Amino acid sequence: MTDISAVDHRPPPGSLAAIHPVSEASVGDYLALMKPRVMSLVVFTALVGLLVAPAHVHPVIGFTALLCIAVGAGAAGALNMWFDADVDAVMARTARRPIPSGRVTPGEALGFGLTLATGSVVVLGLLVDWLAAVLLAFTIFFYIVIYTMWLKRATPQNIVIGGAAGAFPPVIGWAAATGSIGIEPILLFLLVFFWTPPHFWALSLNRTEDYARARIPMLPVVAGAKETRRQILLYSLSLLPIGAAPWFMGYADAIYGATSLLGGGLMVALAWRLWVEGSGARAAQSANRLFGFSILYLFVLFAVLLIEGLVGGLIGHVTA
Amino acid sequence: MDDKPERIVLTEEQKRKRRARSIAIAFALGALVVLFYIVTLVKGPGVLNQP
Repeated sequence: MTDISAVDHRPPPGSLAAIHPVSEASVGDYLALMKPRVMSLVVFTALVGLLVAPAHVHPVIGFTALLCIAVGAGAAGALNMWFDADVDAVMARTARRPIPSGRVTPGEALGFGLTLATGSVVVLGLLVDWLAAVLLAFTIFFYIVIYTMWLKRATPQNIVIGGAAGAFPPVIGWAAATGSIGIEPILLFLLVFFWTPPHFWALSLNRTEDYARARIPMLPVVAGAKETRRQILLYSLSLLPIGAAPWFMGYADAIYGATSLLGGGLMVALAWRLWVEGSGARAAQSANRLFGFSILYLFVLFAVLLIEGLVGGLIGHVTA
Repeated sequence: MDDKPERIVLTEEQKRKRRARSIAIAFALGALVVLFYIVTLVKGPGVLNQP
């Protein structure tokens, strides 16, 4: 079977098609530009922010808000791929993306991203809430300009600060429902913010050569694997109380509290194991295990919050 | 000598993909129209007003 994504679609240099590129892009390529897996996490955390907020949202308005947040996240993904095409081309994980493989031209990706970004922010503002729209616009700006264009190539703390972009969606969801920002969405923001470094560094530990080849100063490249494992452990320790904060500050029930302590404890245990195992095949396996568990951890915490919010809302509706 | 300017001739594959992209854009625009229509029904005459 021919792997179509591996074929180089770029026309010969100097040819008319190279001067005036003809699009080879399929609809699927444009969907790939929107980073659908990242988008699904964004939509889920925004949904939780929307539904745990103390305000009734009409389902159509809620759907519109989520659609705009999803499209905004997709726009950020497309603009990220546009700017990072040179880096993507030399990394094994990203070399088959639509731009480095020549199926989508950089100009197409830029136009696509800017159109979606503008459209999602304007529609969110007009139909749902302008505070949510401003937050969405800021998130896209932060991800593209602050993270992608600046921090990613400048500092090993790139994903620590850049992680803020991924932490905004629950705040946007909350703002879409209430028109304001409270302590609760800020706690959700902090949860995703402190979750991002151990999650991403666990992935990057096993891709150090890729990042070094692309000249991206990821922490394992600049400071080494040992320092990265130490930072992962420290951030995992910080994540434990931050994950439980919605419970002990009275915004979530005991089920969430128990889940967050159990999940946070397992996260610390996996980070500790990675720390003591040092280098080698077992450490690589531990890094993969921590990366996989971190996704489950965040998903379960937000899912419990969602269920508690829905059940609480249902009981409130019945007793009203 | 051939004076005809060089032209780009789309392959069948390129034409097929262009058609698919056009259909996707049409669907997206249609969905946007339907969305605005339904939101107008839900929010009433002050559709663009916010509380």
